[in-house]
Amino acid sequence: MTTELPAAPEYAEPVVDWHRLDVRMLIVRPLNEMVGLIPLFIGLLVLGKGETWRFLASGGVIVAIVLFGLLRWISTRYRITTEQVELHTGLLVRKRLAVPRDRIRTVDLTAKLGHRLFGLSAIRVGTGQRDQPGEDGLTLDAVSSAEAERLRVLLLTTAKSEAPTEAVVARPGVVLSEWDNRWLRYAPLTLSGLVAAGALFGFVMNFARELDIEVLDPMTEAAHWVAEQPIGLTVALFAGVVLLVATLGSVLVYVVQFWGYRLTREPDDTVRVRRGLLTTRSVSVAEQRLRGVELVEPLLLRAGRGAHAKTVTTGLGRKGESNLLLPPAPVSEAHRVSAEALRQAESPTRTPLRRHPMAALRRRMVRAVVPLLVLAAVLAWFAPSWTWQVVLALVPFSAALGWDRYRSLGHALTDRYLLARAGSAIRETVALQRTGIIGWRIYRSFFQRRAGLVTISATTAAGDGAYHVIDVAEGDGLALADEAVPGLLRPFLER
Amino acid sequence: MDGVSSEVLRLRAPRHQVSRKSITLWTLHALIGWTVLLVPQAVVLIFAATPLQVAAAIATLVVGTAHTLVMPRWRYRVHRWEATPDAVYTLAGWLNQEWRIAPVSRIQTVDTKRGPLQQLLGLSTVTVTTASAAGPVSIEGLDHDAAVRLADELTTTTQATPGDAT
Repeated sequence: MTTELPAAPEYAEPVVDWHRLDVRMLIVRPLNEMVGLIPLFIGLLVLGKGETWRFLASGGVIVAIVLFGLLRWISTRYRITTEQVELHTGLLVRKRLAVPRDRIRTVDLTAKLGHRLFGLSAIRVGTGQRDQPGEDGLTLDAVSSAEAERLRVLLLTTAKSEAPTEAVVARPGVVLSEWDNRWLRYAPLTLSGLVAAGALFGFVMNFARELDIEVLDPMTEAAHWVAEQPIGLTVALFAGVVLLVATLGSVLVYVVQFWGYRLTREPDDTVRVRRGLLTTRSVSVAEQRLRGVELVEPLLLRAGRGAHAKTVTTGLGRKGESNLLLPPAPVSEAHRVSAEALRQAESPTRTPLRRHPMAALRRRMVRAVVPLLVLAAVLAWFAPSWTWQVVLALVPFSAALGWDRYRSLGHALTDRYLLARAGSAIRETVALQRTGIIGWRIYRSFFQRRAGLVTISATTAAGDGAYHVIDVAEGDGLALADEAVPGLLRPFLER
Repeated sequence: MDGVSSEVLRLRAPRHQVSRKSITLWTLHALIGWTVLLVPQAVVLIFAATPLQVAAAIATLVVGTAHTLVMPRWRYRVHRWEATPDAVYTLAGWLNQEWRIAPVSRIQTVDTKRGPLQQLLGLSTVTVTTASAAGPVSIEGLDHDAAVRLADELTTTTQATPGDAT
């Protein structure tokens, strides 16, 4: 037993290099931050009479920002091992984040204008664990666009193959849908222009006040002039201006948000959405994490036969619009894209839905009409008489909305999807994969009980967390839930 | 939806009731809540009693007493739970009621929690979470020993189930 065995080779952890963020971030981050501080610099330099301390303070702020950027760059490192993605960051508070690679659900590339000028992209890795808010995934801000693209493919491929081959990387994706100029006609139906115009107006006024610029005076004069004209002209002029601003604004918002929209299926089985005029975004969702789609039809958009679509995915945060599948577009396109994204011949969102019982209509009507009647009664007691008359005049509109809310209600079951639709002002139709349902909640309020109705909620790890079938007849609803997920509800049912 | 017979389906009540001490717990909760509402009103009454304020205070007192007497007993008759090898099933509420079902295969965490009042009464709440942000299933008002046993049981069965539960 004296013969010596050759020493076993020492086990070596495969060495993976630590990477730093792209060196160009040394310029980009301070630039981005200085853009946000423009009002401060204006305050320091433009106002006042050019005292020395103002220049010194400005210089100090710039040096601090640059220095801070440098320290951030030095202290941030990341590496990707076979097991996990690691990120070390933070100067005073050291943070070490590690995300197991098999938990990666989505990869989101964002390039703001500053990033794009220097060819950079921020990359966010989503894991879909939402137990601790703010701890969802990790962000590398930023790496070069080529590196980001390499990481995107690398991070999403590992689930299936250990080493992604270059051939896979090189193949282009299949385009499922692409920007169409004709979609712009749906932009004014989104009201985003009105919101944007309002926000812009508020911002400008605020800024003007800071700078002591009188914009109000000329505007007040204009308003006086308008007010002196006949009332018909005033109303027409006002409506015209609002309409024009809203239309232009919404088209602008639409273009900025969705320019270059492109939905592709990548060779690594991810669905990828790219869009944006100034800030470009690319969101990739691993296909096995796709739990369904949601068709959203706000009232105006629906009137114009338009819709937009969202993915129902595990791993996307609730905030932001990263779950966008299709911007406002013809509803037929929304159906087609849903079918393509889900790899179905016919979109489940086209399935004819079952209506809900008349008791549901009664509930909608009571909710639409009774509060207004109560309000009218109270106003008749206290307020001048024209107020309750106005409220009473609103009742038909409210009732119409209630009727539409009832007409929207519906549910269905296909061999793979649970369909549920609700809402009038914003009608949402969800197609949720039956295998993605991880529990049920069955709610019955006091009034629902009297009407023989229940609200059935399918809980899921994806999207909103729960999708509701509102005010369905108790027996029908339970049968639906029982059939959608065989075996789960059965032991608790009786006839 | 084919093949569903015309007979109406219903959910049966879960098998187990919660601890009878829950009535005391809910009564205390209600008492505290209504006291918080009543004390400021009483203070105001001492200094300035207008008829409107007297009416409001009396109304609060009447509604509060009724709620404190009725709600805990009603709740006790409604609240039920059951844990099978496949699922956790609860019913909670009183005027508005909610059934929750979470399959054991999708359970991510099992917690027991005791507030100060619950500690006083020897009660616990068992909360079962799934990957859904909307799907935690809570069983309020179990005897502490029963709660610990249930949590252990669920943890064991959950660990035996493979997969990442999404």
